[in-house]
Amino acid sequence: MNKPKNMVELESAVVKFVGDSGDGMQLIGTLFADSCAYDGNDLTTFPDYPAEIRPPANTIAGVSGFQVYFGSKKILSFGEKLDVLVCLNPASLKANLKWAKKDTVIIVDSDEFTEQTLEKCGYTSNPLTDHSLKDRKLIQVPVTTIIKEKTSSLNFDNKTVLRSRNMLVLGLTLRLFNKKTSYVENYLSEKFASKPDIANLNKKILLEGYNYYDQLPVNQKFSFFVPPAKLEKGKYKNINGNIATAWGLLAAAERAHLNLFLGSYPITPATEILVELAKHKSLGARVMQAEDEIAGICSAIGASFAGAMAVTTTSGPGLSLKSEAMGLAVMTELPLVIVNVQRGGPSTGLPTKSEQADLLQALWGRNGEAPMLVMAADSPADCFYSAFMAAKLSLEHMTPCILLTDGSLGNGSELFKIPDVNTLPEIKPPLAKPNTDYKPYARNPETLARYWAIPGTEGLRHRIGGLEKENITGVVTTDPENHELMVKLRAEKVQRVANYIPEQEVFGEPEGDLLVVSWGGTKGVIRESVIEMQKEGKKVSHAHFKYIMPLPKNTEQVFSRFKKIIVCELNNGQFVVYLRAVLPQFKYYQANKIQSLPFFMDELKEKYYKVLED
Amino acid sequence: MSPIINSIERSNVELTKEDFVSGLPVKWCPGCGAHAILTAVENVFPKIGYKKENFVIVSGIGCSSRFPYYVNTYGFHGIHGRANAIATGVKVANPKLSVWIATGDGDSMAIGGNHFIHIIRRNVDVNILLFNNMIYGLTKGQYSPTTPMGAVTKTSPYGTIEHPFNTGELVLGAQGTFFARVPDNNVKLMTEVMFEAAKHDGTSVIEILQNCVIFNDKVHAHITSKETKDDYQLILKNGEPMIFGSKKNKGIRLKGTRLEVVTIGENGITEDDILVHDQYQQDPGIHLMLAKMSPPHFPVAMGVIRSAMYPTYDDLVEMQIDEAKKTSKIRNVNDLLNSGEVFEVK
Repeated sequence: MNKPKNMVELESAVVKFVGDSGDGMQLIGTLFADSCAYDGNDLTTFPDYPAEIRPPANTIAGVSGFQVYFGSKKILSFGEKLDVLVCLNPASLKANLKWAKKDTVIIVDSDEFTEQTLEKCGYTSNPLTDHSLKDRKLIQVPVTTIIKEKTSSLNFDNKTVLRSRNMLVLGLTLRLFNKKTSYVENYLSEKFASKPDIANLNKKILLEGYNYYDQLPVNQKFSFFVPPAKLEKGKYKNINGNIATAWGLLAAAERAHLNLFLGSYPITPATEILVELAKHKSLGARVMQAEDEIAGICSAIGASFAGAMAVTTTSGPGLSLKSEAMGLAVMTELPLVIVNVQRGGPSTGLPTKSEQADLLQALWGRNGEAPMLVMAADSPADCFYSAFMAAKLSLEHMTPCILLTDGSLGNGSELFKIPDVNTLPEIKPPLAKPNTDYKPYARNPETLARYWAIPGTEGLRHRIGGLEKENITGVVTTDPENHELMVKLRAEKVQRVANYIPEQEVFGEPEGDLLVVSWGGTKGVIRESVIEMQKEGKKVSHAHFKYIMPLPKNTEQVFSRFKKIIVCELNNGQFVVYLRAVLPQFKYYQANKIQSLPFFMDELKEKYYKVLED
Repeated sequence: MSPIINSIERSNVELTKEDFVSGLPVKWCPGCGAHAILTAVENVFPKIGYKKENFVIVSGIGCSSRFPYYVNTYGFHGIHGRANAIATGVKVANPKLSVWIATGDGDSMAIGGNHFIHIIRRNVDVNILLFNNMIYGLTKGQYSPTTPMGAVTKTSPYGTIEHPFNTGELVLGAQGTFFARVPDNNVKLMTEVMFEAAKHDGTSVIEILQNCVIFNDKVHAHITSKETKDDYQLILKNGEPMIFGSKKNKGIRLKGTRLEVVTIGENGITEDDILVHDQYQQDPGIHLMLAKMSPPHFPVAMGVIRSAMYPTYDDLVEMQIDEAKKTSKIRNVNDLLNSGEVFEVK
């Protein structure tokens, strides 16, 4: 391919494909992203789809989108302002124009801008002709017309050929970025291996889109090039957080030499973990789709008692339902991983949107004093490692562990460098030895973990349950001193996990004017904002927390080296409440956003500057 | 009793009742029906003959659910209503365990109703001892889902206005493969029925008509007392005619689509007219009619009402896993991580 004269080299670019649900936006977004990965770009992807399966056609409610952020630099967030917006109908343009910059290239299927479709999404005049887009870099593509014309000689009906409208715009977008179509063509050959005529039809339409570029007027021949990233040698996958979570759990089960048991009930946006694990029977995963959330966790507790690596997965409302059983897992001191893919709340809230509003529930949302480990994954690929660590700590310390991810992490993807599972740390749960003088609540003096006696093992018969037990013997008792001792032991056991987790890292100088504190799925964009502050000469550093209960041992030391601390979260202030409780000696500023949208760089930087000037 | 054949490892020494006594002081009220259930379990576990470490007892909350503490096995005292869900996890995680559930009418049919019907629907191979005293005992006398309509309790001072569940009807409605009923004062029958339950592959529900001496005394007396038991209990035996009564001359006959009680020797009725019990019949029609029989017009059916063969959930889980292990290309997590689209950076 000759290098086009007008080609602009970009360090990174954000492309968003939007259209009606059912237009195949998720597919072409994924294919575009995979083509980028194939070219060696680092990337993230973020789907944006409605809660309904097929909402009314051409309405705002029915808009489905898929965003790809790719570059030659390390891509940390899901991207903000768009470089290219591809719209297959007026509703999707209307819903997404706000994410466009002044110079965003907007590709529209002009055939779809009819009186009827415009009216359905509330346009009173046609934006393609009313001059409202006259300063924009608009490319109008009569997709339907082109497809009908180019396929008229083929033996397909209209319905079949028009199903591939998405391929036409994908072809054109690939061309705009000077990417080859070969990856997508290979995909189509494999996907439609049994229907070669459909594969060929799709390929033809893809290439028609690719070649349509040549017919564009000179002032619309935009051309970009994003060089490959300097990725470490190795194999990579484009993986979303839910799949990464599932795989991290499987890796942990393998390293623990235990069978994985999952008890789970479908709930957006966590269902995909259940769906993924259900596939892996060959790895011994025992997956039960339970009758409800409570059965999900209770079956997992039973499986844990019986010696499996037990997991339950859910989202906010499901976590509420599981609360009582989580207390049972605390009381019986059994290992259990509870994955909560957070969504907007309270109640049913915003099922398909993301939020960080379940932290306080994870920490304290149970009757009695029922402490457990709380961790938060910080990127889609990190879900693999966080899930692995959640299982490891839970198994080795005989305590339930909540892993918080969120809808953005679960559905969003990034490149994941494939590790060798055999190099991951081994997991050694404290199994009780057969025919020993077993006491259910005797503890390892270092970790305070009790020993796990698996039913079927000779000489270890015992009874445990939700009633308070006497320390060491496990006999049911309401003895006042014993209860106080047990409450403190359970808390201390969780606190001692701090001796087994990494110290808190600081990005940037270890001391300075402002420490930006965050946790969970916001890491990428906050890191980017801190990098910008540093570039602007400010003494700003970033501490992103993965381990929340307990906090890393050096947290106090880290905080003490900064003049000011700001805690950024996508909620009304929860981590900050926790920090004020456990480290009250510091003053915490807050940056909060509760719109079920990610943080944007500009709004974060504005906050930082305000705090610095305060 | 013919021996039980399955994959659960058996004891190579003969076990006795003493092997299963936990030694903890039993704290049920004197005269409570639960004592008899404990005796029957201690009787039957050695007879079943599994290694003593292979028994697990799971319970929920309520008087019944203190059960695991009193039996020397692996035991798990859960939370209210969840015994069936917890036990499902135990059995699926380790199908080589013999899993027993001690639960009550409130635990399994009110707060845990969902788990009860679903463990039955899945046919998980566990044995459910359902202590039905038709009252909430541990919370001191509130009505339960099996309390008869009109009964005056702490929470129904004007009489209950709720239709009670018939346990057997609920079990069969949930596609139960095994249902038995026993009175708490017949330890011998209870022991036999428990053995049958252990033998059955699938969810076995044993409804035990249990007396609560404090809050619902004599609730089953019209069926279980010395004076009434012969005329109001039909003790079913597979392959035998359904004959009952103090004079052993009453029987159950199928007339049209309904059951009726007849007297042998009257109106030309002979033993040949009496229904013969077939507990293994897959069609639950007759079983349902038997489960629903109640005084004053009918006796209450006791013993094993239904024991039909269907695949169990836990067996199917293992079969799918074995099959996947044989045929899948993904044999370890490294295979999985490297499957599908992989991009190599050289």
